[in-house]
Amino acid sequence: MNMVTPATPPVATPRLADVPALKDKIAIRNLDFYYGQSKALKGISLPLYANRATAFIGPSGCGKSTLLRVLNRMYDLYPNQRAEGQVVFDGTNILDPGLDLNLLRARIGMVFQKPTPFPMTIYDNIAFGIRLYEKLSKSEIDGRVEQALQRGALWNEVKDKLNANGLSLSGGQQQRLCIARTVAVRPEVILFDEPCSALDPISTAKIEELIDELKTDYTIVIVTHNMQQAARVSDKTAFMYLGELIEFDDTNKIFTSPRDRRTQDYITGRFG
Amino acid sequence: MDASLYASRRRRNHLAATASYAATFVGLTVLALILGVLFWHGFGGLSLRVFTEMTPPPGAAGGLLNAIVGSLIMTTLALLIGAPIGVLAGTYMAEYGRHSRLTSLVRFINDILLSAPSIVVGLFIYYVMVRPMGHFSGIAGAVVLAVLVVPVMVRTTEDMLRLVPDTLREAAASIGLPRSLMIRRVAYRAARAGIVTGLLLAVARISGETAPLLFTALNNQFYSTNLNAPMASLPSVIFQFALSPYKDWQNLAWTGALIITLAVLAMSIMARALTGTRKAS
Repeated sequence: MNMVTPATPPVATPRLADVPALKDKIAIRNLDFYYGQSKALKGISLPLYANRATAFIGPSGCGKSTLLRVLNRMYDLYPNQRAEGQVVFDGTNILDPGLDLNLLRARIGMVFQKPTPFPMTIYDNIAFGIRLYEKLSKSEIDGRVEQALQRGALWNEVKDKLNANGLSLSGGQQQRLCIARTVAVRPEVILFDEPCSALDPISTAKIEELIDELKTDYTIVIVTHNMQQAARVSDKTAFMYLGELIEFDDTNKIFTSPRDRRTQDYITGRFG
Repeated sequence: MDASLYASRRRRNHLAATASYAATFVGLTVLALILGVLFWHGFGGLSLRVFTEMTPPPGAAGGLLNAIVGSLIMTTLALLIGAPIGVLAGTYMAEYGRHSRLTSLVRFINDILLSAPSIVVGLFIYYVMVRPMGHFSGIAGAVVLAVLVVPVMVRTTEDMLRLVPDTLREAAASIGLPRSLMIRRVAYRAARAGIVTGLLLAVARISGETAPLLFTALNNQFYSTNLNAPMASLPSVIFQFALSPYKDWQNLAWTGALIITLAVLAMSIMARALTGTRKAS
């Protein structure tokens, strides 16, 4: 297994639990990222394990969202942003310029900070993505829509108003709709970019619970500002600071006995 | 607290508020007067005959059917030609070419076109269409109106698409939606009310244009749907009849003016209503 050593410090960490069960879904190797001239990520190397939730934490501007957006090449929508290095996803380097981005993004889904339902009905929000890649009958699509909404823990709330506009839902419901929409396409990896930062505590709890359930089928990566959230939902945590990966380890290790001083300062709230 | 400072500030506030109210009142009064005068002179002439009979020779009874039909034909054709061009160009500028130099260039030129006097556009079409064809024609009228529609549509389409948040585009991309589909199914849908509003405003703008039509479609005293022949239109009939010395022609001109104004007003209200629903959602 390629256990990538974090940037600092070069101390070998004894891993006690679950090492054999871990399988790389994505391996980030020596990744640099540039916004124009400015370097936002510096030599990041990191494994993302299958069926585990990995959290990226760190103060604002540390590059955690940038790193997340490399994983589905979202940065490609904008000019003057480029990545160097390797991000290997099931054997393919996703930074390869010839890669079909639509297919990549169908396999690596993303949920955003603010809920982003499409301006269409709840049903169409889900069915839209399914129809893109699969030719199914009406009843099969109906089934898939229900399944996705169940998975998004939203079915019971919307099953009687599937034809209502997605924008008519509350913020928390909209976010679960977006999760259902992502799940409906049957991705392998789901990226969460601060998915709860615009939500109230109850909706947040629902979404965290959902993320926990999704782990059984998907590889989860979550960027969060909320350290309790990282502690609650993730198995592995990467602490980033000023574009560098400072420390990567089991979540409980990071939160109980971090090796780096900066990690400790951050999780104890001394800066950030 | 300095009482005199506060008092003087209050006085200035009152002054500014009064001036604003007065300005609003003047503006609204002018509008009300225009509508009032149109109703006063034009309403009496409104009858079924206006919509069923041709423009009459002086001294005879008649209506405005040929002018109304001509206006409808040319306006519709102008939209059919101009709106797709405008929407597609606006889409390029807001979506595909958002960061390109070409977009800023096109936007600059489009803004010039937007404020170009319509009589100049009329002269241009006169030179490139009417002169080579050798005669005035309805199609030339439609083309000149289309040229006026394009910049309005380019502008509104670009503006409305730019109001669609990038997060929505990212969300569409995140489920593997190709860009063309994202634009058609997501961005257009989010911007629909705004783009339709632009369309209605474009109609409102061209339905009152007279000068460019005088250079292109000219006028026609008879009912004609032949695009290759001169075609009547409400504005040019109003122009001709209002300047005439005949009382019945002048009355018809008033009625025509009332019809155009009401149609434009209806469209503005519709545009307003659509914008309202967009904001509400």
